[in-house]
Amino acid sequence: MPTDPVIEVAGVTKTFAGVRALDDVDFTLNRGEIHALVGENGAGKSTLIKVLTGIHTPDAGRITRKGHISTIYQEVNLVPLMSVAANLFLGREPRNRLGLIDRARRSADAAELLTGYGITADVSSPLGTLAVGEQQMVALARAVEADADVVIMDEPTSSLEPREVETLLEVVRKLHEAGIAIIYVSHRMDELYRICDTVTVLRDGRSVHSGPLKELPRIELVSLMLGRSVNEIQKHGTTAFGEDHYAGREPVLEATGLTSKPRINAVNVAIRPGEVVGLAGLLGSGRTETAKAIIGALPLDDGTVLVAGKPVPHNVKAATKAGISMLAEDRKTEGIIPNLSVRENIVLAALPRLSRFGVISRARQDRIVDTFITRLRIKVSSPEQKVAELSGGNQQKVLLARWLCTEPKILLLDEPTRGIDVGAKAEVQALIDELAREGLAVLLISSELDELLDGADRLIVLRDGAVAGELEGAQLTREHVLGAIAAEVMDDADSN
Amino acid sequence: MTTPMTTLTAATRTKVLQRQGAAVALVLMVAVSWLVFPRFGSLDNLRDLALQGSFLAVIALGMTFVIITGGIDLSVGSLYALGGVLAAWGSQYGFLVALALPLLVCGLIGLINGLLIARTNMAPFIVTLASLLFARGLLLAITDEGANTYQIPPDSAFVELGRGTVFGFGYPIFIAAVLCVLGGMILNRTSFGQNVFAAGGAEQSAILMGVPVAKTKILVYTMSGTLAGLAGALTAAYLQSGVTVIGVGTELDAISVVVIGGTLLTGGMGTVLGTVIGVGLIKVIQNVINQIGTLDSNYQSVVSGVFLLVVVVLQRILRR
Repeated sequence: MPTDPVIEVAGVTKTFAGVRALDDVDFTLNRGEIHALVGENGAGKSTLIKVLTGIHTPDAGRITRKGHISTIYQEVNLVPLMSVAANLFLGREPRNRLGLIDRARRSADAAELLTGYGITADVSSPLGTLAVGEQQMVALARAVEADADVVIMDEPTSSLEPREVETLLEVVRKLHEAGIAIIYVSHRMDELYRICDTVTVLRDGRSVHSGPLKELPRIELVSLMLGRSVNEIQKHGTTAFGEDHYAGREPVLEATGLTSKPRINAVNVAIRPGEVVGLAGLLGSGRTETAKAIIGALPLDDGTVLVAGKPVPHNVKAATKAGISMLAEDRKTEGIIPNLSVRENIVLAALPRLSRFGVISRARQDRIVDTFITRLRIKVSSPEQKVAELSGGNQQKVLLARWLCTEPKILLLDEPTRGIDVGAKAEVQALIDELAREGLAVLLISSELDELLDGADRLIVLRDGAVAGELEGAQLTREHVLGAIAAEVMDDADSN
Repeated sequence: MTTPMTTLTAATRTKVLQRQGAAVALVLMVAVSWLVFPRFGSLDNLRDLALQGSFLAVIALGMTFVIITGGIDLSVGSLYALGGVLAAWGSQYGFLVALALPLLVCGLIGLINGLLIARTNMAPFIVTLASLLFARGLLLAITDEGANTYQIPPDSAFVELGRGTVFGFGYPIFIAAVLCVLGGMILNRTSFGQNVFAAGGAEQSAILMGVPVAKTKILVYTMSGTLAGLAGALTAAYLQSGVTVIGVGTELDAISVVVIGGTLLTGGMGTVLGTVIGVGLIKVIQNVINQIGTLDSNYQSVVSGVFLLVVVVLQRILRR
């Protein structure tokens, strides 16, 4: 490949609050190439994009840009209330002789342009009335029409239907033919291998690999992303099934055919009392969405949820009443109320049960709160301490206590140990174990493979919103999980 | 080929209903008033109605732009009064001073509003509330707490600006009409206008799309302040003096007519025509209540309030 760099990044370092988001990163984008940028959550992809586009200034290093860069973000960054045509030409509207916007020409140009992107919607209608996929396509058309030499696409297909993905990839190919360089960020292996020439892998803020993509086997790409050696992954574990501790027990939770397009497709989850089922998969594979679908927080196209054999209506209130509780991924925005006390945070979810005729018994509250503080070993000066003053691990325990005092049968835990220190992590993990032994059914979501392998009795591996494999017993090895994620090893194993 | 009728989506339906809803109400109000009150349709009454509406229309024009950016300008009532007093005081130095002084001072206060809102990210509500108090205070200070009313010499050319007529219709009506036509063109046919919609529709996206959001906001508040000053100057010219007690609560009248006219209070959507219709509606209601005579004039506010509530409720329902 001829080297004609349009973007050159050398030794770029960027630190946020003491954390190195980018550490001595080199990156080269050549004219006319489609360059995949991959890495797990927090690897530094977004930071690198923001450094490239000039939103962030690097602390150290050198960036050379030739030409104009356009970026398409994961969320559609357009104005929903304005017309499609106005969005498309915002900032470079066609003018008439008087210098006023030529609306007729704007509409005609927009309609003509968008047919090339497979959109036939009325360009004078507000953008917000289009389907998300169509909006994404308008954003793409806008970015490309802005005479870009480089187009950066950050997870452009994450909200698209399969048919729309095809259109988008077609457009990407056309851009490629027109000589535009593209940086393509995605977790979807199929797409990457279909369209990308080169790949750069980021891990923990460092660029760990850069080179042609076609020559790199999928399994190796996954190993580079996750930081495991290829040998480790290629070694197969035994395929014998392990002992099944829960054989005699009926599942307390049976979710079948959960479908919410385009995020998850026909996902089945069954958990028996006392069992910890792990959900594995790369970011964007539909882990959180599956949990949200179970508790009724994600609109479903299809699927049923049974608790102890009885169907549960698809809404959070009914699910909670049936005994499902969920600990959300982001405790800051979806759970903890920092300015309330530990006691108030814990009893929040149980208030309806604790009150009689709207009056809340303080004595009962105190009893429950004391029980949980002791049992979960929450370190507080007093139950009246503000939650904001606690460490991350203790905040997480407070949230756990909140859901436990509603006496759930099924607990959905989304990244329960994210952002808490190692010691607290071990404690929370031990707690999950303990709760399961007492008969709770647990669904554990984690990006950390070790946490899943240690904590779960059974693993469901998701890929692109569908179940890619179910592992239990002796199959619970890193190799099998990585294989299922990469989609190669499992197929081999099946054909054997 | 799809016709507009078959592609009517929820949002466009909302838009049509919001805009036409006020227009339909206005037509009905006028028709009924015309039939019920013989004096309503008289040329004198219509001239008076248009003249009364023109001052509010000038203020509401600026407010329309501000609200479309997702902001609010509470200072316009005070600036309206301040503009009038400055014009009256300036009239002793001639026509130009009388006209330029209120525009410059009120425009400057608007500019400061805009700078504070756009550059420091402070809430428009608080910033313009502060200038409401500031401008009203300044006004009271320069008029010796309202005791000192500046008169405009009756023979000055400036009076003509407020009292001159064409076919009996006052100059302010034509000035307001020209400004509203210009405003509509700016809003729909210039990049600045498109930026106003973008800034209010989705600020973060607009920034990422390269829209100069800060600059747009600064301009919009400067415009609003200047127009409030102009409305004050026109009123002073019409009244031949700088009346200090006017403009209390006028900012709320302006906001009401803008919202009744179908402009979304949350920003991103609105029209100048809607605002003009809103002004018409409010003024017709006031006029009719005056015609009834036996009804306390305070019911003007009651009726206006009910109207506003209905419009806002409809906006919420139709946006679903």
